[in-house]
Amino acid sequence: MARTLLTIYPNSPRRYDEMLTAKGDVRPHWEPFLNHLDGLAPEEMRRRLDFAEQRIQENGVTYNVYADPNGADRPWALDPLPLIIPPDEWAEVSAAVAQRATVLNAMLADLYGEQTLLAEGLLPPALVYGQHGYLWPCRGVKPPGGVWLHNYAVDLARSPNGRWWVIADRTQAPSGAGYALENRLVVSRVFPEMFRDLRVQHIADFFRDQLDGLSALAPVEGDEQPHMVLLTPGPYNETYFEHAYLARYLGFPLVEGQDLTVRGDTVYLKTLRGLKRVHVILRRQDDAYCDPLELRGESALGIPGLVNVARAGRVVIANALGSGLLASGALMGFLPAICRHLLGEELAMPSVATWWCGEKPALEFVKKNFDDLVIKPAYPTQMMDPVFGNELKGEARADLLRRIEARPHAYVAQEMINLSQAPTWSRAHERRLLARPVGLRAYAVTTPDGYSVMPGGLARVTTGASTRIISMQRGGASKDAWVLTNGPVSQFSMLKPSVGVRDLVRAGANLSSRVVENLFWLGRYSERFDDSARMLRVALSRVVIGGGQKTNVVVAAMELARHLGVLPELGEDTEIREGSEHELLEAIYDPEQPGSLAGNIRSLMWSATHVRERLSLDHWHSLNRLQRDQQAALKVHPTLTEAIAFLDRVLGVSSSLTGFAMDNMTRDDGWRFLIIGRRLERLSFLAMSVAHFLRMPSTRGPGSLEWLLELSDSIITYRSRYSRQPELLPVVDLLVFDDSNPHGVVFQASVLGRYLERMARELGADFEGDLGGALERLRSFDLARLENIQFDSARDCVHCEALADLLQGLNDAADQLSASLGMRYFTHVGDVSRQTMAV
Amino acid sequence: MEPVRYSVLHETRYDYGSPVSLSQQQLHLSPRILDWQQVEEQRIEIKPEPTWRRDGRDPFGNPVTWVAFHAPHDMLFIRSVMSVSVMPYLPKNLEKSLPWEVLRDRLAYDSTDPLPDDLDATRFLFESPHVRIKHELANYAADCFPPDTPVLVGAQALMAKIFREFTFDPEATTVSTPVLEVLENKRGVCQDFAHLMIACLRALGLSARYVSGYLLTRPPPGKPRLIGADASHAWVSVYAPGSENDWVDFDPTNNLLPNTEHITLAFGRDFSDISPLRGIILGGGGTEPDVAVTVIPLDEEEIPSELLDPKAAALPDSAKPAADKK
Repeated sequence: MARTLLTIYPNSPRRYDEMLTAKGDVRPHWEPFLNHLDGLAPEEMRRRLDFAEQRIQENGVTYNVYADPNGADRPWALDPLPLIIPPDEWAEVSAAVAQRATVLNAMLADLYGEQTLLAEGLLPPALVYGQHGYLWPCRGVKPPGGVWLHNYAVDLARSPNGRWWVIADRTQAPSGAGYALENRLVVSRVFPEMFRDLRVQHIADFFRDQLDGLSALAPVEGDEQPHMVLLTPGPYNETYFEHAYLARYLGFPLVEGQDLTVRGDTVYLKTLRGLKRVHVILRRQDDAYCDPLELRGESALGIPGLVNVARAGRVVIANALGSGLLASGALMGFLPAICRHLLGEELAMPSVATWWCGEKPALEFVKKNFDDLVIKPAYPTQMMDPVFGNELKGEARADLLRRIEARPHAYVAQEMINLSQAPTWSRAHERRLLARPVGLRAYAVTTPDGYSVMPGGLARVTTGASTRIISMQRGGASKDAWVLTNGPVSQFSMLKPSVGVRDLVRAGANLSSRVVENLFWLGRYSERFDDSARMLRVALSRVVIGGGQKTNVVVAAMELARHLGVLPELGEDTEIREGSEHELLEAIYDPEQPGSLAGNIRSLMWSATHVRERLSLDHWHSLNRLQRDQQAALKVHPTLTEAIAFLDRVLGVSSSLTGFAMDNMTRDDGWRFLIIGRRLERLSFLAMSVAHFLRMPSTRGPGSLEWLLELSDSIITYRSRYSRQPELLPVVDLLVFDDSNPHGVVFQASVLGRYLERMARELGADFEGDLGGALERLRSFDLARLENIQFDSARDCVHCEALADLLQGLNDAADQLSASLGMRYFTHVGDVSRQTMAV
Repeated sequence: MEPVRYSVLHETRYDYGSPVSLSQQQLHLSPRILDWQQVEEQRIEIKPEPTWRRDGRDPFGNPVTWVAFHAPHDMLFIRSVMSVSVMPYLPKNLEKSLPWEVLRDRLAYDSTDPLPDDLDATRFLFESPHVRIKHELANYAADCFPPDTPVLVGAQALMAKIFREFTFDPEATTVSTPVLEVLENKRGVCQDFAHLMIACLRALGLSARYVSGYLLTRPPPGKPRLIGADASHAWVSVYAPGSENDWVDFDPTNNLLPNTEHITLAFGRDFSDISPLRGIILGGGGTEPDVAVTVIPLDEEEIPSELLDPKAAALPDSAKPAADKK
């Protein structure tokens, strides 16, 4: 077959090419894939790329970049072509990674214990005591099973001679395994035939090993099941997506520091049903911020007293507190001797040549060979980007040399290596392969039988052909890594683990109070945005019908919107415009305006983000679509018709959200709080809509009752029951008293009452408030009082006023209930721990 | 030489503006035993009764106590009571210590096995949370350490320089004022002077540790010693292998070498390792503590009876003596 794709592929003599030999022949393990790629029609490839992009968008795969002006949540960049690695080569890499994890774990045991490495001069004290990452309070703490390093990642690169080298060790809270998993799910569907035929090793086993490894270490008592959580610093962290993703995949509750509390020497999760002991904390939070009592005191993120729990051996913290120390590049030069000392064997994979300037001869060498070296900080806690010696001139160069001279032990120099290059698919061309420098992050986890290495990992490519730093922060892209096997491919899937009867877990038992709080608000906001969309659609469509005139109906609808907080209150000096369009459009699209639809969508996304691991992917897709629609609309000036179309679409999404909540979520306490939030919100909206409507003189005109029915989504029901123009008595009956109308006040209040009763029974609590009383008073209203009232022309209607007061009373009771739920069950995010100090 | 015996009372009281629902505290309030210091009696009284308590040693060998309170409370009172005897431990001859460059090079890594004592001393050789090492500090200390100066002679000169050039001023700094700021403003309290001197020594490549404890404040002639007038104190210990205890204490706040009038509580890399009372509370309002320290020599003059029997002393409900740092 003609190699059309290869004709313009740049093979480089300076780099190892993953796909081509130095002579330009295709390496055997790339042959089938390249043939496949060559055989795909451009439109077919386009379709597959679109699929990948769409999937990443809809799954909300993001990488937050603090400095990004577009805000957090940058979509994850994925090149669809995998990095292919043959079985024999991987066997070597994998053994070397496992060995390295083993020796690093032994180093942690030594440095936090006996310290023979220091006593024998195998490691300079500066690289231990001189590091902020050496956590003194953890000296002498022995973690369960003698495991410090549960999760290890290592950045590998291939030098021009084809050998793999270690560039950096990640021992704090290695990130990226979740992205690797997501990459796999996408890429295996972009090339399903190849994925099957090439016999690519699955990576699900790796995550099972991680689970098994952690459960085996969990310090459980009696027949306790290990309770494991994933600790995240929160949604602002750059890899928050991954935290939520992994938590959902592993089935761990995703918790923040404030969800956990220490009592004595035990750590607990605060749940709706009280404190539940935690045995394992898979931590994605840096260790220095984990316990403000003994570590960094200013941290509000931590769990006061956690070090004491570790000291008592009553929790597995993965990785152990203090493990970040080993991510220092300065250790690399000492590792071969340390490996011989601790394991009695040679280090299998070399590290990139590294000179720690704290040694005099090394410092001299670095000064002499400055142009050939990359200068890096010796301690991972230092904030400094790598500097290429040959790019540094003049004063900047002299300045860095002075700084190195003054504190030599704080710097390391590494040999510059030419990374290997791998083919990537060009987005700018119809059919073209580009060659990009590539690196591979490999992962290992502890198991009772030693370290298990993920077959593959997260491959990353640079943006440009000559870029020297691989970094997702700097806009690089990632790749799936396909490790081929000669043996059978494991069919294990995390989605169907074999679970015995006694392992069965019924969802929701360990819901944290914070999750419950966020679900409650998710419920309220999803209803609130539905309500405001409906209100705005009523008003806007009346504007359209009135041909842009401010008709009485428009005035009335906008007045109600103001009462309900959908439009801002009119101030004394608010300019009254002839057209109402502008104000309505702002209420739809301006997220800064209080009560606006856009603002509600934003709040909805906020609470959804905080409970992301509890929402189904489809659920999440809908939310993402909603936000994209809204952001797209911000960029153009929508017309009235476009705005109405947007509202229609939004209401469509809203009903699908309701569908997910009703059909797809397990009926646990969290779900109940979500539904209670929805019901409360709808009850208030309906009660207050009708109450204001009855009180407002402006509604006493033709057509008003009709839009009230529309606002309450009850117009169809009304028409099917009464084939006539809306009249006050039947409208009020339907919207307030009919207990079969889900958009009726009494229906909402009684359903809410039933949920609360059930919850009170299960959680053993009573709720303050007078919802029941207020409902009874409303029900006792004699509807006959509304008979024969011509609402259109009625001026003062005392009976309407009386009914409005009863509705208002019900709304007040609902507000009170909301507050008392919050007091009793929620975390109260504002109430944080503080440090005190006395001398 | 006779030891001098002391009774020390160290009282800390928090009155929280609103109830504290959860509290955890780490206490460095028990004196450590040293070659020149014996502890005859020591106990910590706490109100309210802690829900949980554990006693142990910190990584530097100091006694430490952790307590937790799980029930709401609106005040916390902690009293450490101790009887300690201190032997004179002044070094005989500062001139005999190693030239500072020799010691510096001994502490630097050269890939051979270090001497165990030197290795221990490297714990106090690098940056720590309150001691940043900057070249300004090495510059400041330079004229105290001309070539071949014995390390203790240099340390004494540095102590004298700090004493001469700095003003004691409790208003000038807080617990978290950086050393460089202290160096620039030339004002501070004992803690600042200790951190500054330590930072200068470490910047030169020498090991120095932070010592917390108490100092007997001499009353003006003819006046009785004021209860509560004394306060917790801080000074510096410099590594000088070959001297009597391998480590020699310097008090830059008073420009003297501590002897029998300094009582050692604990030592660490800096204040953060051995803060007398460090805690995390949930709730509470105003949280400024009242601290009172009383140091009484047991073998001289008449001693107020309530000090000999601290249990008889009432909790300081209304009397809140001003807390000073020295």
